[in-house]
Amino acid sequence: MATKIMMPKLSDTMEEGVILKWLRKEGEKVKQGETLVEIESDKADMELEAYDTGVLRKIVVPEGGKAPIGALIAIIGEPDEDISALLSETSAPPKQESKKEEKAVAPSTTAAPTPTPPPQQAQAATTPAPTDGKTKASPLAKRLAQEHNLNLAAIPGSGPQGRVIKRDIEGALSGKIPALALPQRAYVPGTAEEVPLSSIRKTIAKRMWESKNAAPHFYVTVEIDMEPAMAFREQLNAASETKISFTDIIIKAAASALMKHPQVNTTYLGDKMRQYHYAHIGVAVALDEGLVTPIVKNCEQKGIGTINAEFRDLVERARNRKLKPEEYTGATFTISNLGMFGVENFVAIINPPEGAILAIGAIVEKPVVKKGAIVIGHTMNVTLSSDHRIIDGAVAARFLQDFKKILENPASLAL
Amino acid sequence: MPIVSLREALNQAMDEEMARDERVFLMGEEVAEYNGAYKVSQGLLAKWGPKRVLDTPIAEAGFAGLGIGAAMAGLRPIVEFMTWNFSLVAYDQLVNNAAKMYSMSGGHFHVPIVFRGPGGAAHGLAATHSQALEAIYAHIPGLKVVMPSTCQDAKGLLKTAIRDENPIIFIESEVMYGDKGEIPEGEYTIPLGVGEIKKEGKDVTLVSWSKILAHVVWKAVETLEAELGISIEVIDPRTIRPMDYDLIVESVKKTNRLLIVEEGWPFAGVGAQISYEITSRAFDYLDAPVERVTQEDVPLPYARNLEKYSLPNIDKIRQGVKKVLYID
Amino acid sequence: MNNGATAVAPKKTGQGSRLLGLSKETLLDWFHDMLLVRRFEEKCAQLYGMGKIMGFCHLYNGQEAVSTGSIKGAINPDDYVITAYRDHGQAISKGVDPKAIMAELLGKHTGTTKGRGGSMHIFDAPTNFLGGHAIVGGHIPLAAGVAFAIKYRGEKKVCLCFMGDGATNIGEFHEALNLAALWKLPVIYIIENNRYGMGTAVQRASAIEDLYKKALAYDMRHDVVDGFNVLEVYKKVKAAVDHARATYEPSLLEIRTYRYRGHSMSDPIHGHYRTKEEVEEHKKYDPISVFADILRAEGIADDEWFDEEEKRVKKIVDECVEFAESSPEPPLDELYEVYK
Repeated sequence: MATKIMMPKLSDTMEEGVILKWLRKEGEKVKQGETLVEIESDKADMELEAYDTGVLRKIVVPEGGKAPIGALIAIIGEPDEDISALLSETSAPPKQESKKEEKAVAPSTTAAPTPTPPPQQAQAATTPAPTDGKTKASPLAKRLAQEHNLNLAAIPGSGPQGRVIKRDIEGALSGKIPALALPQRAYVPGTAEEVPLSSIRKTIAKRMWESKNAAPHFYVTVEIDMEPAMAFREQLNAASETKISFTDIIIKAAASALMKHPQVNTTYLGDKMRQYHYAHIGVAVALDEGLVTPIVKNCEQKGIGTINAEFRDLVERARNRKLKPEEYTGATFTISNLGMFGVENFVAIINPPEGAILAIGAIVEKPVVKKGAIVIGHTMNVTLSSDHRIIDGAVAARFLQDFKKILENPASLAL
Repeated sequence: MPIVSLREALNQAMDEEMARDERVFLMGEEVAEYNGAYKVSQGLLAKWGPKRVLDTPIAEAGFAGLGIGAAMAGLRPIVEFMTWNFSLVAYDQLVNNAAKMYSMSGGHFHVPIVFRGPGGAAHGLAATHSQALEAIYAHIPGLKVVMPSTCQDAKGLLKTAIRDENPIIFIESEVMYGDKGEIPEGEYTIPLGVGEIKKEGKDVTLVSWSKILAHVVWKAVETLEAELGISIEVIDPRTIRPMDYDLIVESVKKTNRLLIVEEGWPFAGVGAQISYEITSRAFDYLDAPVERVTQEDVPLPYARNLEKYSLPNIDKIRQGVKKVLYID
Repeated sequence: MNNGATAVAPKKTGQGSRLLGLSKETLLDWFHDMLLVRRFEEKCAQLYGMGKIMGFCHLYNGQEAVSTGSIKGAINPDDYVITAYRDHGQAISKGVDPKAIMAELLGKHTGTTKGRGGSMHIFDAPTNFLGGHAIVGGHIPLAAGVAFAIKYRGEKKVCLCFMGDGATNIGEFHEALNLAALWKLPVIYIIENNRYGMGTAVQRASAIEDLYKKALAYDMRHDVVDGFNVLEVYKKVKAAVDHARATYEPSLLEIRTYRYRGHSMSDPIHGHYRTKEEVEEHKKYDPISVFADILRAEGIADDEWFDEEEKRVKKIVDECVEFAESSPEPPLDELYEVYK
């Protein structure tokens, strides 16, 4: 049977070879092991021996010719054998072709060496850190700020070149530093200036005025032992890839309590009110230009992990002004948390047409009485503002009672 | 607990392991009749005889290779380099033969061998005799690198090293051989790859090992804690490869700051490697960039003042601590 | 001990006693070993040309009498062999499965080292084949260590250590020979002098051309051997082995041989460093032909047997390729098997 002689790979780096000399003519006999052809590789002139005994039927690549590795260069067979089928096959496998193409492209990317940086660039590197609007913060500070929903840009950094570090975050959390202060602008002492209202600010002004004038607010406060919730959060975080915040847990606890007390989960519509059997919870998020309340929808159906992921995403997009209208309208209840500023107690204005809003204070370490003894405990005050047109005091109180019970026995939230 | 010198601790480890396993033998320059250039092998020839305690010619590549061959054929050699500086003429043996044999032979052969001896600078020995070479050995997959800082660790780690099935680079220090310390009574071993918190603290984690920890860092920690009113957590990894990153990560989660103090050069040094791992694994816990104190990036000079300035010292550690703690 | 330096001219001998009292079965087995190595290497050349064998690949063609006479002939199965990178032939002579060697060359999981070592790093613990070492001279001290272990345990084994002529100029060669002689270790160092370290002739690399004389510096037993005649190789290696078993003393043997191929597959067979005529001249003393002639002349085998033997060997080599081609690649998770 006839065999094809292919251009061999004669070195590890060879891609094609040049036929220097055929040592047999077409029609001559060839013995296995005899040198058949001399080939120039990229490294050296090499001899190729015949791997079969027979007659050299056809020289495909003549002396001086080039062929890529694997290409047909000759055929050895019996003297009278039909070799036309072998000859009509393509001489080089397509794989080699593509390899060549890759090679042809490669030099253009490698040929241009990385240019030496021009002098002005080198100079720039040694000048003080540019004020490019980015806030410098340690990785730890960034993580803490995100966990506590703080605006890093507003926190003065005490590290090198104004880097925000852990102690700055802790300062902000303890209320010593106004974390949400607007970016400082240059001003002339002793003067006043007029600042036009942004559209978001105008909306806030209008809605808060309406709410406080139309809705008779009343306030109910309760103190909650947060130690079980703190332990619960630690457990969650041991299992969670992202940090679960207290806000996430509070959202879930509020949703659970709202399912039991639909009278609190109600909007006022003038001649009627609408009770909801789902919890779309708006959470107030402070931006430099004002307040927005992105909404985590159907919290009653969602686990804390899902709430965490969705809320994180909403906050991120709120900061980038990427919220769609349906993502900040349609809440059935709102939560406002100022605990991260060290605020222990405050009352919030209802976000109409909702019937109530829950104001969350800081978790504080203080002496508490447990089992008849004074011990150090961790407590949190929450205040529910309710619209008395649709919600009565006892309804609000019962809601808070359940809300407190859930946070003090948080295991039920994991179910 | 009995108090012994570091050389006695190492001597006990070898002696006990030779008693435990007759495949264990010791060879090296001057280890037998001279009782060891630094007297670490004192008395072993008298006890175990010339079959198991052998003086070699000055031929590190030759006797390192001989040890590797003996290990492939089933023995468990301890090869002493008079100092690790001289191991560089045997580097081919350690890197190409000892480290690669198990992997490259597809598991057909392995090399249970301990190469040991003093590393780092002593005093006034200049560039060729004062090298901390742990980084260039720890770079090589297949080798384990062990560097104790106490007598207790030295004995326990050396015994484990002798029993390990892999080639071990065991680096001691000639200026530590006389250091005294308590060791437990009787038989004990210490696992490789497990570091130890030598002192708890809360403001900064300081990782250091071997002589720099024993002779420089401890004094610096005492001084700086008083001077700066801070609390330093000190970790001795004890094994450079495999490095106990988990221990360092846990500590950094607590202190949020890391300083590495090592005798070696800075470029591609052990501290550079630790710094990468911690930055990668504890990024969200770092409140400051990881800092290093190393030897100056020069061949160590002879003159007293130059040598002192070049090596890690309390002033450099003070600078490092202040830098990582943002103290002006 | 032979201190005389005689340049080896391959010679045709005619004495009846030249078979050294070896059985017909043994002689034919040796011929089989030599032919198998030759055909195996020719197949390697072909597979390298097809891109199936990667990297560096150093073939043994022309040197078969050395591995067969010393490994197949002069030692026992439980003796040790350690060698350099031209190692396929020596592994086959030691009894390593040629299928596993071929699979290794193709980078397969069934290879001798599961695809880790390739051509230059053949290892096999069951046959005490200690590699396959690719840093010139780096394995020479290891052989002393193996011999040290033999003596330490009071065994009567030996270690054969092969190296090329080029390796005798490196420091590790001299450190190891000194240690082996100083400590009296049962190792037989065998220089396969094929006259060129890659493309550099011996006399251009070594101050002394008779390489066996390097043993004189260490007062080591030594000899020079005709590497074209498998029976001569056997006789002299056997003498060194017997001496080592009796006394634990090492030897240095210089076996003069010749390689037909380039240093590696990517090097030319001839060129500036040697002429085509020189290669062709040496092929006249081809060790396989020399041995076949002896076997024919002594009536051990006839043409019919040789024809059949060619077929048997071809079948084995074909089976090796089939086995290697059909074997799986190594699994990725084995990549991390670095520590035991």
